[in-house]
Amino acid sequence: MTGFLIEQALNGLQFGLTLFLMASGLTLVFGVMGLINLAHGVLYMTGAFACAFAAAATGSFWWGLGAGVAAAAAVGALVEIGVMRRLYARDHLDQVLATFALILIFSEGARMLSGGRPLWLEIPEALSGHLMLPGDVAYPLYRLAIIGVGLAVALGLWALIALTRLGMAIRAGQSDREMIAALGVDIGALYTAVFALGAGLAGLGGALIGALQSVEVGMGEPVLILAFVVIVIGGIGSIRGALVGALLVGVVDTAGRAFLPAAFALLYPPAEATAIGAALASMLIYLVMALVLALRPKGLFPAHG
Amino acid sequence: MADALTLPPPRPRLLSRDALVSLAVLVALAAWPLAASALGETWYVNLASRAAILALAGVGLNLALGYGGMVSLGHAAFFGLGGYVVGISADAALAGTPLLTWPIHIEATTHLPTLWAVSLGVAALAALAIGAISLRTSGVYFIMITLAFAQMLYYFALSWPAYGGEDGLPIYVRNAFPGLDTYDPLHFFALCFAALVLALALSALTIASRFGQALQCARASETRLATLGIEPFPIRLTAFVLSGAITGLAGALYAELNGFVSPTMLGWHTSGEIIVFVLLGGVARLIGPVAGAVAFVLLETLLGGLTEHWQLGLGLVLLGVVLFQRGGLIGLIAGPRHG
Repeated sequence: MTGFLIEQALNGLQFGLTLFLMASGLTLVFGVMGLINLAHGVLYMTGAFACAFAAAATGSFWWGLGAGVAAAAAVGALVEIGVMRRLYARDHLDQVLATFALILIFSEGARMLSGGRPLWLEIPEALSGHLMLPGDVAYPLYRLAIIGVGLAVALGLWALIALTRLGMAIRAGQSDREMIAALGVDIGALYTAVFALGAGLAGLGGALIGALQSVEVGMGEPVLILAFVVIVIGGIGSIRGALVGALLVGVVDTAGRAFLPAAFALLYPPAEATAIGAALASMLIYLVMALVLALRPKGLFPAHG
Repeated sequence: MADALTLPPPRPRLLSRDALVSLAVLVALAAWPLAASALGETWYVNLASRAAILALAGVGLNLALGYGGMVSLGHAAFFGLGGYVVGISADAALAGTPLLTWPIHIEATTHLPTLWAVSLGVAALAALAIGAISLRTSGVYFIMITLAFAQMLYYFALSWPAYGGEDGLPIYVRNAFPGLDTYDPLHFFALCFAALVLALALSALTIASRFGQALQCARASETRLATLGIEPFPIRLTAFVLSGAITGLAGALYAELNGFVSPTMLGWHTSGEIIVFVLLGGVARLIGPVAGAVAFVLLETLLGGLTEHWQLGLGLVLLGVVLFQRGGLIGLIAGPRHG
């Protein structure tokens, strides 16, 4: 039982940190530019596809990973310059529709490039082993590595925002956009950099998860919607909120799926218990979100006032 | 038209340019299946029914999004619920089992008006619950929380085996409407079109009423409305419920037309598409969603006939409309919106 508990806790942590890779970019882009970006899932998919293609071409997952991050960041920068820039001054409705259009364009584009078939990414050999946990549970090293990467990114983002000059501009941008432009910060370049940073993190997430699942069109959308839930819970614009929200969603979702069917089995016959448990588990994080918003309409860590 | 130029523009004209365009759009939508039916092209009649149903969903959303300024990315919830009402009832009617045995006994029915009333009611109740929580927030939070609630229903439908789960529910027997043959595509179109016209009339009355004025005022400035001594929340919630109910009815018709309901109807792409109808046609214009839905169905059919990758073209058209033609199609024809 202890082994199972530790395993589920690690799964929740890994899932939460993957969500954080998506949510941090979303929340940064919203906090600094006031942009709601439905196409963030597309960048996740771009990272996974670039990683799969590059890994197949070079034979090395690591080159693929680098290519995935770079491709997502580059596509992000291009999209920012080509489209997003025109949307900052628009209302949320226009942003929703334009980024929805981008999803259609990129998803169909990816379908044309890949021929509509899912691609497979191999877990790198160095990380294909298992670690023995107490209670004789073998835990995949690769998932532990994802946890490590997620924690490193969280720490890196904190350092970037708290300690560097770019971070200072980002913080200033979050509190007063006009003022930092007046102070001579190149606001256009700052926006492109922030967007590319968020895109790169989404690409990193996509490439890492691509090796656990299959790489296919539309893979970013479920993650995107969960990332929305995360930043709504955490408070939109707040990186700290995104981290807390991501861990909460990751752990609650994993725990729900692991324990609810078993809990209902105490009350109902097994087949019904599985159905009720699974259905309820899939709704659990949305119930958590509704609860959080009912108590704190601006999330746990409201970024603006 | 020369008269219109020389006269000072009186506001309550009988047929403004907007009204003329609206009428033209409706006449075109009605003429399409009539012509197709005369030519024996049933497929095009069903396509017109599809356009009318999607337009109805858009008319529902337009009340909340266009006139109330509530950007809901979760209207698929109401659309899908309406569809599932028809699907679940058809499933029970086919099996000969009662719809509900507890707390009250309800027999399944194939009587369409009853099913529509239930769809309206279920969607309205869902909108009341979702709206009551979501409207505590605003702006981007509102967008995301409505999206999340719709996804919650989507995942429930996906993982709940009693209602077909991932496969959805087939509707083998078309439900009956007194005096009409619902299997006849033209009769079915007439039903959809009548529902659309009723919804448009209801919207027009709502918007022109004191309630509608308050709703639009809440969109423009909440403070101003509050200064008038009117609480914005109940106004918004009422509009949201009305909006959800209309979209729910559209869902019931859609399931009936396709003979099928699946979780896809609840999925967030559906919500996105309903927004597309509204924006493609023109936000906060009565006829906007109708023009948008017709344009969408035409684009889908024309581009879909050319290439299987038609969504790429659709995406480009949409992006172009958002970036360069903000008034939508109706804005292009009828000029900027007044007021």
